[in-house]
Amino acid sequence: MFNGNSKETASEMLREIGLKSVEELFKDVPSTLRTAKFNLPKALDEQDLIKHIKSLASKNKTLLNFAGAGIYEHFIPAAVNALSSRGEFLTAYTPYQAQASQGTLQAIYEYQSSICALFDMEVSNASHYDGATALAEAVYAACQIKGLNEVLISVGLNPQYKQVLKTYFKGTREIKFTEVSLDNGTLDLEDLKTKLQTPRSAFVLATPNFFGCLEEVLEISAIVHNANALLISLVNPISLGILETPGSYDSDFAVAEGQCLGNTMSFGGPGLGIFTCKKQYVRYMPGRLCGITKDDKGNRCFVLTLQAREQHIRRERAASNICSNEALCALNALIYLSLLGPKGLKEVASLNLEKAHNLAKQICEIEGFSLTYQKPFFNEFVINCPIPAKQIVKKLAKKDILAGYDLGQVDTSLKNNLLICATETKTEQDLANFVSCLREI
Amino acid sequence: MEKLIIEKSNGARAVVFNGAKDPASFLDKKYLRKREPRLPQLSELDIVRHFTNLSRLNFCLDTHFYPLGSCTMKYNPKAYDAMCSLESFTSLHPLTPVENAQGTLEIIYKFEELLKEITGLSAWTLQPAAGAHGEFTGALIAKAYHAKDKNRTEIIVPDTAHGTNPATAAMCGFKVVNIKSNARGRVDLEELKKVLSPKTAMVMLTLPNTAGLFEYDILEISKLVHASGALLYMDGANLNALIGLVKPAAMGVDIMHINLHKTFAAPHGGGGPGAGGVGVREELKDLLPLGRVLFDGKKYLLEIKNKKSIGQVKSFYGNIAIIIRAYAYLRQFDGKTLGEIAKNAVLNANYIRVKLKNYFPAFFDEVCMHECVFTTPKDLPNLKALYVAKRLLDLGFHAPTIYFPLIVPQALMVEPTETESKQTLDAFTRAMKQIFEEAKKDISILEHAPHKTEIGVIDEVLAAREPNLKW
Repeated sequence: MFNGNSKETASEMLREIGLKSVEELFKDVPSTLRTAKFNLPKALDEQDLIKHIKSLASKNKTLLNFAGAGIYEHFIPAAVNALSSRGEFLTAYTPYQAQASQGTLQAIYEYQSSICALFDMEVSNASHYDGATALAEAVYAACQIKGLNEVLISVGLNPQYKQVLKTYFKGTREIKFTEVSLDNGTLDLEDLKTKLQTPRSAFVLATPNFFGCLEEVLEISAIVHNANALLISLVNPISLGILETPGSYDSDFAVAEGQCLGNTMSFGGPGLGIFTCKKQYVRYMPGRLCGITKDDKGNRCFVLTLQAREQHIRRERAASNICSNEALCALNALIYLSLLGPKGLKEVASLNLEKAHNLAKQICEIEGFSLTYQKPFFNEFVINCPIPAKQIVKKLAKKDILAGYDLGQVDTSLKNNLLICATETKTEQDLANFVSCLREI
Repeated sequence: MEKLIIEKSNGARAVVFNGAKDPASFLDKKYLRKREPRLPQLSELDIVRHFTNLSRLNFCLDTHFYPLGSCTMKYNPKAYDAMCSLESFTSLHPLTPVENAQGTLEIIYKFEELLKEITGLSAWTLQPAAGAHGEFTGALIAKAYHAKDKNRTEIIVPDTAHGTNPATAAMCGFKVVNIKSNARGRVDLEELKKVLSPKTAMVMLTLPNTAGLFEYDILEISKLVHASGALLYMDGANLNALIGLVKPAAMGVDIMHINLHKTFAAPHGGGGPGAGGVGVREELKDLLPLGRVLFDGKKYLLEIKNKKSIGQVKSFYGNIAIIIRAYAYLRQFDGKTLGEIAKNAVLNANYIRVKLKNYFPAFFDEVCMHECVFTTPKDLPNLKALYVAKRLLDLGFHAPTIYFPLIVPQALMVEPTETESKQTLDAFTRAMKQIFEEAKKDISILEHAPHKTEIGVIDEVLAAREPNLKW
């Protein structure tokens, strides 16, 4: 399949280079290795393949979704995919050859600029794998800057992110993580102060945190900086349509999962790791950066720059081993942000806020259900239920509703607590449907 | 030259959401942003034109031959674009109960089963987001395997390795031990013996190596590595040369990664997303990242707990959209036709090697695998690989990988893949011949190349000295 040449042409080429058989090209491979048999299913032609893949697709069932927990369902305007799926973007390579890649390079520059504008940060890289791996790299950068392998995280950090941090640093670069406790859903500031009495490289602030609550960012930032630690903020990019920005509270690094910006959920991958920092830390930043320069005719053009940090130049002394990133997802995010503009983004964020608050209010009207934390939230909140959340998720799935995230998985003392999300995609009818199913439990 | 989208901003609106209320009715003002972000404001038509025009400034596989060594720029079949965009795949939230995600889980499981058959390795994970992320996963597995032997702190990496290999080893806290290759571009067995020790955790080999050559001593190498108690890692970025012909497990490979966006025809997307599977032999199976897809005979499940696992390397289960494409690709071959990929890829590379013989010599003058590393001719000392690369852009070809591997002076690394036709390869070799002739006559045309692209020679020093990274 997909060979550029017919068998006849291939034989002709062999003859032209003076060979009798293609086997002569594999003479370096020990003969004992050339006896392999490959037991594969019957090959499918395009027509049968499409049928096969469609039949697999039909085994999935999309539920009415009220789950978030890191991946969010948002409306994606048609122009996003129509533009990013053009072969010129989709089938291009990493833009190392600047003259052959000005389209991709300019798009990366515009992505970096849009992310910086949204986050109020000075520098954004061209993207990372996902939010969790971007956070891991930010933690590493902070430890390099401070020369100290002690990092504080919040109990309210997404458990998947905690897991990834553990994988990245356990037994490898030996970074020690200490958790700051929560008080009624948000950070216990006294505990934060106490734990910062020991020197730490950084504190990882998540706002909204995993339980949906908004943190007191200005106070936290002051406490962290007074203790001479760096502030790494993990935020929800859509929320920044209305919420105060990581730059405004003086974050040193700000990272995020950017899937919500014009990318589908696709069972959690690919994501889009957003990575930003203050300009003074740019040389500790992993991944690609695109900058503006001039060509020999004086024309403005774009090029990958500051590559001396990267693995293909610096090898074992590189800031990271990252090579491929999520360029196409970053392009989706750029097109999405361009289509919405500041006003559309404010509208969509406001709708998230409103739908989530309406839903929370309606659920709390059901007997036995209440908000677990009395704290401000964006599009996600925790409900204390009369029965284990696990059972609710199971029961509602039978009614084609994904009720949310069972917090009993994180902490058994939270087993009756359900993390629920409502975005702009939910209609009043959807909310009513969900609420009436909860009422029947 | 295209203006920046922010420079075109004129206050018009594209996508609107009706009915939004003032956020201040739900949140105290102190939580709200004070200034709106400086994002573009223009009509949908102007946005569509902007990005369409940007796309036209790119070379891409759909328009140009990309002889990029080690990148395997093969054709990305169009049928798969529609398949991975099916709503049942894209609209699936990762917390969907497994009962409702059986289609996606079945694809992951079945693709892993196919990979087991192709490689002979016992178990696979598709969680890593890219090849380098797969290497990272593999190195963590090695670390976990040697957990009881704290002295195994070194990873041996030949000088022909991808830059990611030493970077990965360092990232996982290993000491990198570089070894020089022999005169024929292969691992020097004597050098290897010198550095193998009770300190060695793993040897990372790229197979075929980045000189485009098969390690003819591979069986001896794996014997030596295993005798020292270390693991043998295969960087499978170059699997296209061996797929359907050789099973890596038979070479003694313990851990390997593959790049789904290389061998398995997923598009590169201007730099990603890719996907990087990692395969291991039986003994290492339990160490794979948490969240594997399991099958209980009736339905597909997700592994929730495994104390031995190295843990998750990213959120959730992998780059699904890429995995669907790779699975679809593999289903278009059977046991007999799979090897045709490698045979045709290797034939195409050798065809170019022989055709260019009198102009650009292959640095290692012997049969190559899927790629060939050329150098500039000795009698043209002023001709740099960079000039060749840039001049090729003028002549309608993407440049090869240049200055890599580092052991070859003025390296031009060419990988044509099996999907290119003889006509394309002939046109490419004619272009290379033209450059050779130009270099003999008047090198200045090459020094200032490219001439025909939208922009000319780029001032990279300026970009780095005064970084302008945003509007």
